[in-house]
Amino acid sequence: MGESLVLNLLLWLPVVGTVLLLVIRGNASLARVITLGVMMLQLIMAVWLYARFDAGVTGLQFATSLPWIPQWGVSYLIGLDGFNILLVALTAFLGPLVVLGAHRSIEKDVTLFHAMVLLLQFAMMGAFVAQDLFLFYLFWEAMLIPMFLIIGIWGGSRRIYATVKFFLYTAFGSILMLAALIYLVQSLAQTGGITSFAFADLYRARLPLPAQTILLGAFALSFAIKVPMVPLHTWLPDAHVEAPTAGSVILAGVLLKMGTYGFMKLGFPLFPDAARLFTPALMTLAVISIVYGACLALVQTDIKKIIAYSSISHLGYVMLGLLSLELVGIQGAIIQMVSHGLVAAGLFLLVGMIYERCHTRELSDYGGLARLLPVFSVFFMIFTLASVGLPTTSGFTGEFLALLGAFTAAWPLHVAGQSYPLILSIVAVLGVILGALYMLRFALTFLFGAVNAPHQPLSDLSLRERGILGALVIVIFALGLFPDSVMAKTENAARAYRGLVTTSRLPEQLNSGPELVP
Amino acid sequence: MISMPHALAAIVLLPLVGFLVNGVFATALGGRRFSNRLASIIGCGIPIAAFALTVNALLTLQAGNYTPLIEPLYRWATIGDSTFEIAFYFDRLSAIMTLVVTGVGSVIHLYSTGYMHDDKSYGRFFAYLNLFLFFMLLLVLGRSMLVLFVGWEGVGLASYLLIGFWFDDLANAGAGKKAFVTNRIGDAGFLLGMFLLYRACGTLDMDTINAAFMGSAGSVPVVSASLVGLLLFIGATGKSAQIPLFVWLPDAMAGPTPVSALIHAATMVTAGVYLVVRMSGVYMHAPDASQVMAITGVATAFFAATIALVQTDIKKVLAYSTVSQLGFMFLALGVGAYGVAIFHVVTHAFFKACLFLGAGSVIHALGGEQDIRKMGGLRTRIPITFWTFVIATAAIAGIPGLAGFFSKDEILWYAFASSRGGSPWLWGVAALTALMTAFYMFRLLWLTFLGPSRMEPAVEKHVHESPFSMTGVLLLLAVLSAVGGYFSIPHFLESQVPLPSIVVEREHYERTLLIVSVVLAFAGLALAAVMFGGPAARPERVRQAVLPLRRLLSAKYHVDELYDRLLARPLVWVSEHVLLRVGDRVVLDGILHGVASLATRAAGLFGRVQTGSLHLYSLFVMAGIVGALVWSWRHG
Amino acid sequence: MDRVQFLLGLSIALFSLGLLGLVIRRNALVMLMCMELMLNGVNLSLVTFSQRHADAGGAVLVFLVFIVATAEIALAIPIVLLLVKHTRSMDIGRYTDLKG
Repeated sequence: MGESLVLNLLLWLPVVGTVLLLVIRGNASLARVITLGVMMLQLIMAVWLYARFDAGVTGLQFATSLPWIPQWGVSYLIGLDGFNILLVALTAFLGPLVVLGAHRSIEKDVTLFHAMVLLLQFAMMGAFVAQDLFLFYLFWEAMLIPMFLIIGIWGGSRRIYATVKFFLYTAFGSILMLAALIYLVQSLAQTGGITSFAFADLYRARLPLPAQTILLGAFALSFAIKVPMVPLHTWLPDAHVEAPTAGSVILAGVLLKMGTYGFMKLGFPLFPDAARLFTPALMTLAVISIVYGACLALVQTDIKKIIAYSSISHLGYVMLGLLSLELVGIQGAIIQMVSHGLVAAGLFLLVGMIYERCHTRELSDYGGLARLLPVFSVFFMIFTLASVGLPTTSGFTGEFLALLGAFTAAWPLHVAGQSYPLILSIVAVLGVILGALYMLRFALTFLFGAVNAPHQPLSDLSLRERGILGALVIVIFALGLFPDSVMAKTENAARAYRGLVTTSRLPEQLNSGPELVP
Repeated sequence: MISMPHALAAIVLLPLVGFLVNGVFATALGGRRFSNRLASIIGCGIPIAAFALTVNALLTLQAGNYTPLIEPLYRWATIGDSTFEIAFYFDRLSAIMTLVVTGVGSVIHLYSTGYMHDDKSYGRFFAYLNLFLFFMLLLVLGRSMLVLFVGWEGVGLASYLLIGFWFDDLANAGAGKKAFVTNRIGDAGFLLGMFLLYRACGTLDMDTINAAFMGSAGSVPVVSASLVGLLLFIGATGKSAQIPLFVWLPDAMAGPTPVSALIHAATMVTAGVYLVVRMSGVYMHAPDASQVMAITGVATAFFAATIALVQTDIKKVLAYSTVSQLGFMFLALGVGAYGVAIFHVVTHAFFKACLFLGAGSVIHALGGEQDIRKMGGLRTRIPITFWTFVIATAAIAGIPGLAGFFSKDEILWYAFASSRGGSPWLWGVAALTALMTAFYMFRLLWLTFLGPSRMEPAVEKHVHESPFSMTGVLLLLAVLSAVGGYFSIPHFLESQVPLPSIVVEREHYERTLLIVSVVLAFAGLALAAVMFGGPAARPERVRQAVLPLRRLLSAKYHVDELYDRLLARPLVWVSEHVLLRVGDRVVLDGILHGVASLATRAAGLFGRVQTGSLHLYSLFVMAGIVGALVWSWRHG
Repeated sequence: MDRVQFLLGLSIALFSLGLLGLVIRRNALVMLMCMELMLNGVNLSLVTFSQRHADAGGAVLVFLVFIVATAEIALAIPIVLLLVKHTRSMDIGRYTDLKG
């Protein structure tokens, strides 16, 4: 019981922090200290939970279940399992870095800004730990508001356009999801005899294929917008470009993982038959995302857009791994999620740091930074290479396993005469080349050649900045070199996911149809 | 002999320690005298220590009657039934490769202390070199393809960093990027091959895979060996600069000369050869892939040699010569003579390192001049460099008694007579290439060291012999180039990778071919002597006679331009004009903006009603009430 | 015509008169009075039905309407007064500050 209290504390601490901030209404530095304190506490608790998390147990750990709206079957049900443990850890890990990294770029309404960051942290954490669809949906929607405000208030010059676009896309997806989840619970109540929003109960819902298809369509649209998958991605570059550094870091680091997490935890397991029906289509979209994102990253002139499009490409690998339904691929997808969170966060932090110094995001305004800012360049190179997926970094672990999974799943189909998945996975492997191409083009113009940067002389990274990036680098290498202990924690979840998606859950009477014929 | 529990791991990890220490010092204390000395001590001490450990490991191997040493380090990942183990594997093949890497590596590190002496990024240079050694040793010592791949990509990274070492010039950094991306293309093929093998064998341990392919008919994996072989060969073409991916290697000469010697001549570029030999179990069952390999190899050898004929940059000549020699190695691999290929790898490492370092010494002496048209007459000015260069040139040209003669002659022999795809025409092209090799190498020698001086006076005044740290290394490598052929590596490896049998009816040609190849080597020498030893008008006449051909060769067959037009530019064009402008901006954002403006317009229409006039509103209320009354009266 | 019908007719007449006044007149105070008229029309019908069905509910509702009407007037009159002070006019058409 005591242990589940820690998870609750972890979840609600940011709310306490927000209230404190709004009540005290102190000066900016006090707000920063409070926020940082909350984030650090959260991180400590997350580390503790991670360490205590028993990899051998299937199902929820540190669970809390309280009835909330019993007549609707809604309960306050939270807990950790292999699906979310890494993402919770990631969210908690990035929290302090965001607060520290946003140190200088925010000037107006500092208290409000930190309150928003805390609320966002709360909502994201909630969406990850929620084990009840109603609760999940609440958190899912709640995430939008602080993010909307962070971009809209502290963003760049075209922030209004970006926020509206961001909001329209995500809200559009959410509304469809709401309709779908009401239908889902309704039909569970009719056929299964229980009214419940708990994931565990919903995993038992049996639905005919047409219903599954429509519902998965609604869920998938909502999640695919969040991932984002081509062609639903155009909100992302705009949102990233306009968001302040902290916003970009959270957006790339955690928020995008919501989409893939949603697919893994809800979309596919809830509607397994439709999921398998959709697999070729979604796989195609995933591969298109990989290639399309990479191609567009190649021709961007805004450094934030390069990273934004690279995110689209990297999350394509996650989808590919999830869709492979091979343990290797699923594990790769989970690692790739975390890895992308770390790498993209690092790159956005670096871009934020250089932006604070030079006040431009135009790639052609830079050159030869390796001469001017050696430490910055070392870090930039490391993150670039991790993004490229060089072995020994986390990017390699994720991409390699995801691709291996996709290939392993596609080969038998090819042997059986169905070559389409194999072609897709080969194209995805070729995407690795494009990844090197756009990131190295970025590094080439940015770091090398004749020295060129506005507002010289520039000061190299401060100790604070080195600390932030150093922490990320350590985790990136740890995931690249020693992923075993991490993957052990998610192994059960990967198995559970595969089990859920590969077992048919059409209604029984339909299943036994042919047997009725004498 | 001492047997340590983690001897192999120590060989690999020592350079990593060197990299970290030097890297931290280079960034923290960059350029100070103290850190330079420390960088030299760590930078050179570590490869030497690794070399000593390798010798020790070899002795252990010998004592154990050449049973491969397997040393697991840790488990990288366990997923379901599949485990990915990080383990090192030490057998005759890895022993030779490790000795070459650490041995040649050590001397090149020593050479660098002299060559890079005045560079402001001295510590960084040694950090990168150590990083390279780390990944290269990982590559040759890994048991699993995964470890090999880590090393494979890692040496690519080190090569990228070192080619762009003087990154102030964007062209250098650009060459590094080109190398990395070209290698990545090959790596994609490697990855696919690896996936296929994993799918077929359920493991990535190379000894297990080989055993599975070599095993009895029942246990041979259900996958086409030729497909795997071709995919892995694509990887090898990237790393070992074969057609069609050779374009990066000549550009890679932008890096410091020791780097060219170590990475782009002696060790990294031979990784592809090592890979094929290591996977020989697969290739023995892949005649198609082997044939492709032989043809690609001989074609690369030929075309690179023709380009080398007209190059005027001392390092570019050597670069194309490297590509050409690598082609020879792949020819050997293609006809199944794996041991011979490794033999050539070793001798090539000696003489090509000697040549590159000699070239480095020349460049050092001339203060950075690389154009051989502006050299000449250096023989007496830098005698040690000259004599070592002569020996290495003779070795690569195939003058009998020197290292290159033995290995090249064996390659030619197997190309002719191997029962695994050897054929007279392969031999014919290779022999012609050998002739060209002798010619362009002696041309290089002549233009650089002999004849009258063509140096600029300012340069000529400062010509000086290099310090002992450089000349000592040159002498050592020259000795190795001379005697390196007397240790028969194919024989040493025979128990592990047997040589192919000889087609019976071609057996009696052996002596004839030997004589022909000796004649060819001397013919090349004579030709060069006639052309460049006499008056300057003579080469000019020849040049005029074959002008169009010469132009084509000078332009390197326009391959770079071709790739640029066919691949690079279309990719960027499509991304920019189709995907970004049309796809993202017009179609996707267009749809969004269309919907948004539709909503705005509709809202505007309905907004007209909202006049703000209370009377109008109450009129609506009245109309509503009347309407409701009428409706209820009708339906009541 | 019995009493109930007469009273209902009266209530409709009051309501319609009020509504018509609301639509036609432009004076804010008169419009408020018209609204009172409409409320009273409704009240009358409520009382009538309450009587007819012998149910006190309708009568209770009337008191509710009274209270609401009082509250409304108590708020509306000061607002109108302020508006008059602000624009020097009773004309409802002049009060356009909130128009988008």
